[in-house]
Amino acid sequence: MVELQGIPVSPGVAIGPALVLDAAGYRIPRSLLAADEVDAESARLRDAVDRVSTRLESNRLETAAVAGEHTGDIFAAQLQMLHDPRLQAELRRRIQHEHQSAAYAVSRVLHNYAAALRRLENPLLADRAEDVLDIEKQLLLSLGAVSESPLADLNETVIILSHVLTPSETANLNREFVRGFCTETGGPGGHTAIVAKGLELPAVVGIGSFLDRVGDNTKVIVDGDRGRVILDPDPETLASYKKRLKERRSLTAKLSELRDLPAETIDGTPMRLSANIEFPHETTTCIERGADGIGLYRTEFLYLSSTEEPSEEDHYQAYSQVVREMDGRPVVIRTLDLGADKMGSRPLAENEHNPFLGLRSIRLSLRNLDLFRPQLRAILRAAVHGDIRVMFPLITTLAELRQARMLLNVVAEDLEESGTPHRSNIPVGMMVEVPAAVVMLDRFVEEVDFLSIGTNDLAQYTLAVDRSNEYVADLYQSSDPAVLRLIARCVEVARDHNRPLSICGEMSSNPARALLLLGMGVRHLSVPPSSLLRVKKAVRSVSIQQCEQIAERVMQLEAARDVDLYLLDRLGEYVPELIVN
Amino acid sequence: MSKAHCRTVVVSNPQGLHARPADLLVRLANQFGSTILIGRGGEMVDCKSILSLLTLGAALGTELSLSAEGDDAENAIDSIEQFFLRGFDEPGAENSDSAIAG
Repeated sequence: MVELQGIPVSPGVAIGPALVLDAAGYRIPRSLLAADEVDAESARLRDAVDRVSTRLESNRLETAAVAGEHTGDIFAAQLQMLHDPRLQAELRRRIQHEHQSAAYAVSRVLHNYAAALRRLENPLLADRAEDVLDIEKQLLLSLGAVSESPLADLNETVIILSHVLTPSETANLNREFVRGFCTETGGPGGHTAIVAKGLELPAVVGIGSFLDRVGDNTKVIVDGDRGRVILDPDPETLASYKKRLKERRSLTAKLSELRDLPAETIDGTPMRLSANIEFPHETTTCIERGADGIGLYRTEFLYLSSTEEPSEEDHYQAYSQVVREMDGRPVVIRTLDLGADKMGSRPLAENEHNPFLGLRSIRLSLRNLDLFRPQLRAILRAAVHGDIRVMFPLITTLAELRQARMLLNVVAEDLEESGTPHRSNIPVGMMVEVPAAVVMLDRFVEEVDFLSIGTNDLAQYTLAVDRSNEYVADLYQSSDPAVLRLIARCVEVARDHNRPLSICGEMSSNPARALLLLGMGVRHLSVPPSSLLRVKKAVRSVSIQQCEQIAERVMQLEAARDVDLYLLDRLGEYVPELIVN
Repeated sequence: MSKAHCRTVVVSNPQGLHARPADLLVRLANQFGSTILIGRGGEMVDCKSILSLLTLGAALGTELSLSAEGDDAENAIDSIEQFFLRGFDEPGAENSDSAIAG
């Protein structure tokens, strides 16, 4: 049994056999040929090389046409590698003399070259290993030895173990078979973490190097609550985790009975409980779990899941689907909230040494109207189908808010002039996630219809902590008293001006913290679909006085740790069912 | 009748013998019928194999021995030496001095 510690990013427990994705993601079994198959196999390899060669040549021409000759030369070098006489001789030798299958020979030889390049202590050349592995992948695809993704043809349940898993890979995991995953890299604030939570896949990231210690089919336990991964568990450990898994399932079953009951305290104080989503298909879960609406629709995945920027039509289709399926319940769409560092196709990233303080989110949108306009147009067009509201992220100055609102008006006029069906009288809100906005909130509040506090960014900017930086991630706590005071201030301003205020950060998804927020006067939370019922359970188990007492006590504490310990204590007292070991 | 020609060349561009110059070097070497080897220490590799060239990991300032054997060996050695002296014709590096200074 081996126990590994990583960062828990998506709660839950998963037990199953490991599927290890190595760096290249392929595993070609050693297979030998009969003597009379050798010539045919050599011919098959030659055909594959020709096909890949043709593709590389057209890649080179296309890239050179778009990005210039020099960039196109990347593929010229790949072509040169493909036709390398030493490489070809070695492949022929392995097939002719060692009777290896073409796929196996390709995989071995190119892996050896990649390994040799990685060993050089020259980052520029070490990166060329990626080119070599890319050639391997293309040859293997062409030989029919692998399908597009090793994850595409799963037929039994697995736990994915990988060096890295990109957000789109995570989004495409087959949930029927993938029970959870763990990766060597990654941090708590990454998009992969958010997707995992959205998919309710238990996940642990940032474990550090461990893949060399584990093979396919090793039994693995992923403990997404504590950030623990156990390889090859002993019978005792396995039994205790199986028990936990069973308890969780029975809790889930019990919670599902709450679906049609209102989120209100014992003494009848109502709480609006909405859901945060990334993908249109998540609306199904939201409705199943009785969400009052979508409090935060993150639109970044329209940008991240494809190499091309989404068109107005892509936006429109996605938003229309969500608002139709929510059937009259409000849907709050947050406009693009990405940093220049994530927008690969925008040639802006080079000088982004400090992306969190850089050109991101609303700043990026306002500087790239060709990007922003289609999104705003799509929002107004989709608004004819239901209760859509728009929300601008990372608003720091009044000028930004006014500019964004003005652009929304211009877009509405354009739609009006061209006779395109749309609805422009939709509520406009802002995310409160920069301390400057909290400080100036009495001014902002007069120019918006609603406020939504993004606790993740608010904590990050208040505490000066990059939450994806593992060296300081422990300093990042949304229950830090400084953050709580800012939230208290927002509640006060919103109340004085009679503006709806919601909290949509990760903070509200924690049932104990939700009770605190209720006690602080917050009456609208937006949480991941996976947390809807737990938070509802917590709210329905307390009186508003109890929550207010919690808040009063917490506001006297000095450290995030004290806050969380105290809250956990209260949760154990009021809602013991939610404490899972 | 052919005889082996030998010479020493130095990598003079800041980024070393990376993918693009290696590609160009192979193309240059392929213009000659001679067998051309390049390397350092005892490790000599085929100058017409880009993967072998890259695995040399030759950075700025690396000294490489060059040898060619064949009918056009002398020509080959001269051309390749010139290519090294020109800093692999990298854009922005009209001559090797400015590349190093910049």
